[in-house]
Amino acid sequence: MNAFFIGMLIALALLIVVYLYRVIQGPTVFDRVLGLNGISSKAIILLVLIGTIYERVEMFVDISTGYALLNLVGSLAIAKYLEQKRGA
Amino acid sequence: MNVYANLSLVLLLILTAAGAILIKDLIGAVLVLGSYSFFLALLWAWLGAVDVAFTEAVVGAGLATVLFLLALFLTVPLEQKGQLPRGQWPAFVGLPLLGILLLYIAEDLPKFGDPLSPSNTHLAPDYLMHSLPATKTPNVVTSVLMDFRSLDTLIETAVIFTAGIATACLLRTSRHDSHTR
Repeated sequence: MNAFFIGMLIALALLIVVYLYRVIQGPTVFDRVLGLNGISSKAIILLVLIGTIYERVEMFVDISTGYALLNLVGSLAIAKYLEQKRGA
Repeated sequence: MNVYANLSLVLLLILTAAGAILIKDLIGAVLVLGSYSFFLALLWAWLGAVDVAFTEAVVGAGLATVLFLLALFLTVPLEQKGQLPRGQWPAFVGLPLLGILLLYIAEDLPKFGDPLSPSNTHLAPDYLMHSLPATKTPNVVTSVLMDFRSLDTLIETAVIFTAGIATACLLRTSRHDSHTR
């Protein structure tokens, strides 16, 4: 079962690399925002998976929840910033 | 397995850090910096420092992004072409030498997780044995922060609140200026 989880971990990490390419290379800001959102949605799952491997899920669920909540705040801030720049 | 996971995370860290420096568009740099601190949080989690990972994920990936964007709200989001100051060769020579020195010293540090290292023989067992009976808190890190060193934490909180109040005052005046203009 542990090998299954580690395989999932590696697959998600490879997916994150694809998103990371878009974040670093991405020609427009929107590409970067979407890439970061993709990374963070993978990140939440990845943190829970690490917790499952270490058998300390309850601790890692806390981390991933906090990360998800603050990531929402970050996305809202970026959206508000872009809207403000449009209007100006 | 463990070493390869560490190595790949460190490589991603270096990649994102270099990206954050090299990208000219400052909003993009902020976003790349957010992914950088996420990888840092993942590395802490993988090494077992769950509390540090929690702080890094919340402060680095969440709050710092918002703070940087607030700073960009009030300024121009373009990197200034600055003239590099002359006479930089001491930095080019000195910093690699410092790195080599640090790597050389790191050889003498105790191995990661060594039970006989000084920090694991004096202070840590004491806290591990006495924190649950003394403070009734299952998390040792929390009991050290909130009970054994509560005065420290209180004064740190006072410092952070003072800094926050000062920042709020500064930001308020500049926003007022932009409205009247």
